[in-house]
Amino acid sequence: MNKLNFLQPDKNNLNTYLYTGVILVAFSIFIVFLNSFFNKDIVSFLPGPISFFLPLILGFIGLHLIRIDYSGLRFLDSINKNINTNNFNAFLSLIIVFVVIKSLPPLLSWFIIDANIAGDSKDVCTGSGACWTYIKIWFNRFMYGMYPNPEQWRINLSFIALAFLGTIGFFATEKFKKYLTLYYVVVYPLIAFFFIFFFISGGPIFFDFSYGIIAAVISIIIGFFIPSKFKMYYFIIVPITLYILLKYVFFYEELIELGKLEALEWVETGAWGGLSLTFIVSFFCLIFCFPIGLFLSLGRRSDFPIIKYISIGMIEFWRGVPLITVLFMSSVMFPMFLPEDMFIDKLVRVIIAISLFEAAYVAEVIRGGLQALPRGQYDAAKSLGMGYWKMHILVILPQALKLVIPGIANTFLALVKDTPLIFVVGLLEIVGMLNLAKTNPEWLGFAMEGYVFASVLFFIICYAMSKYSYNLEQKYKTER
Amino acid sequence: MSDKIIQITEMNKWFGDFQVLKNINLEVEKNKKIVVCGPSGSGKSTLIRCINRLEEHQQGSIIVDGNELTEDTKDIEKIRAEVGMVFQQFNLFPHLSILDNCTLAPIWVKKMPKKDAEDLALQHLEKVQIADQANKYPGQLSGGQQQRCAIARALCMEPKIMLFDEPTSALDPEMIKEVLDAMVNLAKAGMTMIVVTHEMGFAKEVADEVIFMDEGMIVERAETKEFFANPKSDRTKLFLSQIL
Repeated sequence: MNKLNFLQPDKNNLNTYLYTGVILVAFSIFIVFLNSFFNKDIVSFLPGPISFFLPLILGFIGLHLIRIDYSGLRFLDSINKNINTNNFNAFLSLIIVFVVIKSLPPLLSWFIIDANIAGDSKDVCTGSGACWTYIKIWFNRFMYGMYPNPEQWRINLSFIALAFLGTIGFFATEKFKKYLTLYYVVVYPLIAFFFIFFFISGGPIFFDFSYGIIAAVISIIIGFFIPSKFKMYYFIIVPITLYILLKYVFFYEELIELGKLEALEWVETGAWGGLSLTFIVSFFCLIFCFPIGLFLSLGRRSDFPIIKYISIGMIEFWRGVPLITVLFMSSVMFPMFLPEDMFIDKLVRVIIAISLFEAAYVAEVIRGGLQALPRGQYDAAKSLGMGYWKMHILVILPQALKLVIPGIANTFLALVKDTPLIFVVGLLEIVGMLNLAKTNPEWLGFAMEGYVFASVLFFIICYAMSKYSYNLEQKYKTER
Repeated sequence: MSDKIIQITEMNKWFGDFQVLKNINLEVEKNKKIVVCGPSGSGKSTLIRCINRLEEHQQGSIIVDGNELTEDTKDIEKIRAEVGMVFQQFNLFPHLSILDNCTLAPIWVKKMPKKDAEDLALQHLEKVQIADQANKYPGQLSGGQQQRCAIARALCMEPKIMLFDEPTSALDPEMIKEVLDAMVNLAKAGMTMIVVTHEMGFAKEVADEVIFMDEGMIVERAETKEFFANPKSDRTKLFLSQIL
């Protein structure tokens, strides 16, 4: 048996050190655990300060004993490498473990043990924990705002369809890969626009637009059988003809009026709200602000003074004003400049305002990426005979955008979390609905549950976005 | 007249207040190989960058293959497509594979069908002996391989003139040879070449003429043998004594 030196544990007496150390650490954690979960202090016979610090001291000694380099035990080595490299790190690790154990019981009791979820009125919430009944009762409002209940399937259907159509590209076969950009840049936003603004809005305008969609779908299907020579003419003429036929010859509107076809009820955008509105605003702002930002960033680097100074002006203006004033202007000032009979929907105005606002940030992020590219890339592209647009689309932007994925993701996350500000124009997305519910006299005093609920939802959305952006980064990584 | 593919007359260029090129007169005939040498800062690189208008000149005229280089953008792109260029820092496109680097310009600038462009690219990559690396990315290749790929990329546009801007200066000594070999093969195939380099061995082997530049001026221009055997100006003698 080798000599034991507790100040310098080594490999020779591995087991002795290991067992002693593990027992000490386990015991220290056990003390804190009992104290925290069962409110029992098993070392209370010791003087106050010592009993308070005892777990820390014991754990500290224990971690010191198991800090053996190259012990040969994989698990032990990884612990030592990650949380137990030196005394200070061991100390920090212990503190973190203790704080987690200490804070678990109150959190658990508030979230689960003392919480109520059964029943359907405020009276069931007698416990000291959260009142999830509140969330349950208000769930519909938090999701759909003031949108009428019987019509909510339209929102669900729209979102499911858009989610389906949005992910379909990831499963596209090699044959269709080359059309994906076109699909995501042009077709998908159009479909989304149709679903959101015509299907969810409903009313007569929905049918008017539907003719267009029906006409387009029918003509595309027939289009597969048309010789490619005539395709260009075909895709212009046939949809228009079909549209006119549907609208004026088959008289769908009369059918609707006769009650043979039921029209979708018109729901004005003011009634939209809740999480679905968060999604709608975020979605459109994201797809609008990116191209605008892209053009602004290119414009700012342009050689033409007019384009350059307009871009600089736009960027600096939108970056220089607070979003809340922009939204306020969009609802109060903007209509004053419009002709008397012209009306632009409040939601559309808000989306335009936020898009322009965020576009300025996106522009500067992208400009950062453009600056980071070496001049040689421009030289090489030019020397191969590429003009401005070819050079940017084929060479410069693919590299610059790849560089700025983290920055863009950052801006987009900020955008999603800025959406609650639309309350200033009277649109209530989820946080707005919470604030409304909070002031309901029947349900006073549950603000906490509401905010926790909204935080969790926002976290899920934002974390998913951030994960996705990280995946993109990895996907487009090529060694430089 | 028709065999003069590049004609530079009375050309002056300034960077701000500093005059980099002074009164340059240069004529290059078809299929000639010309080496430009001189100390750093003498304007060699700027001179050949002016030939495909990566730099603009302020005075005088440059005529490449019958087209004068002016402000007119459309012409410039047509001329650039006919003038291949190889850079000191390779300047491959890091987001594209070697093959895509080579096919990008033929497909998008020359509107060549993809299949033909790939065949052409593989042919040129074969010539510089990196056809087996076609599907790798530039970052995975050594400097010498990257520079050979850059030569292949320029050749894929089937240029009439090739400009080389110190193609071996950023390479390890071991890799210089493989790049020079590729350039020698190209020279033997009859390409018109203007090469800025410090590789005097290469100059002796392939150049028809050598130009010596200093302080933005062409100090001496002579047949290769003449240039190395009995240089005329003192400045050239000094330069050669230091470099050889």
